[in-house]
Amino acid sequence: MNYEAVIGLEVHIQIKTKSKMFTRVATGYGQEPNTLTDPVVLALPGVLPVMNKAALDAIIRAGLMLGCEIAPVCKWDRKNYFYPDSPKNYQISQYDQPICLGGSVEIELPAPARNIQGEHKRIPLTRIHLEEDVGKLNHTASDSLVDYNRAGTPLMEVVSEPAMQSADEAFAYLTALRTAMVYAGISDCDMEKGQLRCDANISVRPVGETKLGTKVELKNLNSISFVRDGIAHEIKRQLAVIAAGGTIRQETRDYDGQTGTSQSLRSKEMAHDYRYFPDPDLMPVKVDAAWKARLQAECPELPFDKQRRFYERYQIPYTITSVLVPDRALSDFFEETVALAGVDKAQAVGNWIVNDLLRELGTVKIGLEASRVRPAHIAELVRLIEAGTLLMNAAKEAFVDMFATGEMPAAVVERKGLKAETNVAELEQWCRDAIAGNAKSAADFRAGKESALNAFKGPVMKAAKGKANPRLVDETLRRLLAGG
Amino acid sequence: MSDALHYQSIAELSAALQARRISAVDLMQAVIARTRAVEDRVHAFNSYDFEDALAQARASDERRARGEARGPLDGIPIGLKDVIAVTGQPLTASSRMLQTFVSPYDATVTQRLREAGAICWGRLNMDEFAMGSSTENSAFGPTANPYALDCVPGGSSGGSAAAVAAGETIVSLGSDTGGSIRQPASFCNVVGLKPTYGLVSRYGLIAFASSLDQIGPFGRSVEDTAIVLGAIAGHDPRDSTSWRADVPDYRAALQSRRGPWRIGIPREYFGEGLDPEVAASVQAAVRFYESQGCTVKDVSLPHTEYGIGVYYIIATAECSSNLARFDGIRYGHRSKDAKDAVEIYAESRAEGFGPEVKRRIILGTYVLSSGYYDAYYLRAQKVRTLIRQDFLNAYRDVDVILTPTAPTPAFRRGAKADPLAMYLCDIYTIGVNLAGLPAVSVPCGFSADGRPIGMQLIGQPFGEAELLAMAHTYERAHAWGQRRPTL
Amino acid sequence: MSSPSSPTDLNIDHVAALARLALTPEEKAHFASQLGDVLAAIEKLKQVDVTGVEPTAHAFPLFNVWEADAARPGLPVQEALRNAPAQRDHMIVVPKVVE
Ligand SMILES: [Mg+2]
Ligand SMILES: [Zn+2]
Repeated sequence: MNYEAVIGLEVHIQIKTKSKMFTRVATGYGQEPNTLTDPVVLALPGVLPVMNKAALDAIIRAGLMLGCEIAPVCKWDRKNYFYPDSPKNYQISQYDQPICLGGSVEIELPAPARNIQGEHKRIPLTRIHLEEDVGKLNHTASDSLVDYNRAGTPLMEVVSEPAMQSADEAFAYLTALRTAMVYAGISDCDMEKGQLRCDANISVRPVGETKLGTKVELKNLNSISFVRDGIAHEIKRQLAVIAAGGTIRQETRDYDGQTGTSQSLRSKEMAHDYRYFPDPDLMPVKVDAAWKARLQAECPELPFDKQRRFYERYQIPYTITSVLVPDRALSDFFEETVALAGVDKAQAVGNWIVNDLLRELGTVKIGLEASRVRPAHIAELVRLIEAGTLLMNAAKEAFVDMFATGEMPAAVVERKGLKAETNVAELEQWCRDAIAGNAKSAADFRAGKESALNAFKGPVMKAAKGKANPRLVDETLRRLLAGG
Repeated sequence: MSDALHYQSIAELSAALQARRISAVDLMQAVIARTRAVEDRVHAFNSYDFEDALAQARASDERRARGEARGPLDGIPIGLKDVIAVTGQPLTASSRMLQTFVSPYDATVTQRLREAGAICWGRLNMDEFAMGSSTENSAFGPTANPYALDCVPGGSSGGSAAAVAAGETIVSLGSDTGGSIRQPASFCNVVGLKPTYGLVSRYGLIAFASSLDQIGPFGRSVEDTAIVLGAIAGHDPRDSTSWRADVPDYRAALQSRRGPWRIGIPREYFGEGLDPEVAASVQAAVRFYESQGCTVKDVSLPHTEYGIGVYYIIATAECSSNLARFDGIRYGHRSKDAKDAVEIYAESRAEGFGPEVKRRIILGTYVLSSGYYDAYYLRAQKVRTLIRQDFLNAYRDVDVILTPTAPTPAFRRGAKADPLAMYLCDIYTIGVNLAGLPAVSVPCGFSADGRPIGMQLIGQPFGEAELLAMAHTYERAHAWGQRRPTL
Repeated sequence: MSSPSSPTDLNIDHVAALARLALTPEEKAHFASQLGDVLAAIEKLKQVDVTGVEPTAHAFPLFNVWEADAARPGLPVQEALRNAPAQRDHMIVVPKVVE
């Protein structure tokens, strides 16, 4: 019998806000323990929560970007459970009235080769709701230490439908979701900092079966590659159990990315009973059309929509868009440059950014924001090449120089004497010499063999020591050959 | 007029302070002396800090000397129920769980009282976590009724009522979830007001049942109560359930609002279980209002009998979650016996909470547990709607509703061992919390053996000014409130 | 929608475990019988016809009660841990937590 896997992901994403979800003490990462607390974070006796407007704005924007239906009214519920990282021993969350319903994430599946665009599909979402993060436990050999700095950070839980079939799909889903959230400035989604955390529900079933198999929840997938490896491992494990005649037990397993193995978590002494009920300390949220419209206007174009637009408007290939598009700043940089250089130069601009600029940035390990090369530099560089002032090799040299100095390309060319040869009389003489030295090719060209022209270019370039403008060489040769 | 300082009104005391006939330190010392004299019999306080109170009094005197006195409360000692946070002071909720807890922050009401210049004085005893009607459920021992030392002062704000009655403070704050201000006020011959839900910030009040709790004042007169309410009422951005209501001058309203009012008498509040002496006193008050030209009408609150059931579902469900934070991890009692994190919770809570708190947590956990939510909590919220609707319907015909505050006068300590019997003490008060309405208990008589009796006036939402004016009209014509306990 | 068959189906062991309360056998027996009476009062609510009745969560409901996202100073760590039963390295110590 053939089996297929069914995967659903629950992704927790920290929302980037200045203050916490239900109190106005600062959020942050990497601070000294317990320095980002206040009476509300610590759940001291008597404190009350107050919503953070910016977190609501952020989740609604996320929902609008992913095509969710925004609930006209949503409320807050308490999820009751005891754990030392949870100061109130309940988490304020949304149970039966989440703020975002439905929607989907467009993903790109891996293609057979890196330079080919993969197939696109949409993974439907169940819901996105807002809640608060918990603190952090640091385990030592003998005890555990609790730091509440993270507690109360706004957290978005994105729940997908069980609609993915492979580890690759899950990986693509997480990548696309992360890119979209980073794009919108909702989160930096740094998994190392715990800003994005993923749990996977995995089951297998015979192909053709519509009922879901027994699901296993896989936890601690704390890097994007562990998500892929962990899911692949779990699918294999389940198939092996079935192949050996066993049955899948509903359980939670912990994946260890270092060893590539998973372990069943000791089952809790009782099934979870979260005793959800509406939080009486908070009032519901009502989202009207005006608020939604305001946030809609702030939503950035989704990455894959941008990619489609880049293809159409700029006629640039996948090898360029696949680098530009996932990075909002880089794609903005590209568009600013094209605006200066002209749409017909988009491909050249794209090449300069993707090949040269990224290479240089990578060498000195700085980000785009720190780059001294700005769109104006690249636009001018492309113009100089177009005008014949700069040849490709010289342009490459100029680029490295201006990356280091921040000088405009024209000034670099001037300073370094990189200007292309443009003495027309001299060039004409070299062309005449070349034609005279190769009568056969001259005849071929005149007979209509276009490629015969190339035979003259080498000798001309050699005479010019490489500094001749190729376009001018081309033109001059054609003129002289035509003129007889 | 010639009462000792500790029994004078805010109006008298602030006039004396302003005229420099006394200083705030004199007043504080008088209150401390009175407390020293009677506290071993009353046990109204869990703790007090003489030094801190005197320092506040000196600061008040200095303000006044600079011409910066802040109004009628400047220099007036106000006791706070031990469930309201004061920076640097203990905050125990009368629980072993919080026996050593010191608050690092102020409740909003505390802040507002400080801004008004009042001296926040002492931590007043109560039923543990405000659960009870007798102040017997205190980990630190019961409070006595100053008028009958072998009787309870009522609860849960028993210490707040008793301290005011015994002259151990001029005024005080309590909290009221199902009658916890009004019932002890009626037992202790003082005025106690439960404001409209949302009028007074709950920030810094240890939560019992979030959707029902309100902080309110106790005083020996309606005017004192009105002055304190004026200082603590009003919107607070730290409490999401706080209402953006105007805060009128409640004290001025006592003079300007004179009725006549249309008074509703709910027949469901005068049935079985009502003590005849209480009934007689309340009926006499009704006749007084009639004599003043008020119209008295029978009204019906048909869902009254379901109040107890609704209340005990909603209050215990909310408390089971609100009290989850008391776990011995970040603060509070931590069991020495616990071997792992799970045991820390179960053992610390078992050792830290008293029986009534445990009982309510069990009940609340049960009604919220899987499979029961719809049958209990959701249904209770719907019946709550009907109870609220009963009141709003009645207010189409009347301005105010008049009832007994409690079915009986103060009872003896230990008399109500059965929880349900104790819960029935709140039968006339819980409807008000469920409906979110304001209500005040006003002294209206004594039993033959000298135990105080109170009546309850229930007002319309945010109608405190009218309500207090009506109470004041009665109080002006009666001397019950001036009868002092023999201590 | 499930509904309890009778007030006696309160499983005190289960509920006490959920509530993280270590009750003695005496407490369990005592509470179960006392709560029976209270639950009987609560059961009375079943008599009320609540068809079409909206639940009341708050007596005076409001919407959209929030604050703008601006950080205020919090508690200094010494104050934050002032009431902690056990602390080390500015963190709260708990017995080893095993999931
Ligand atoms: Mg979840
Ligand atoms: Zn979650």
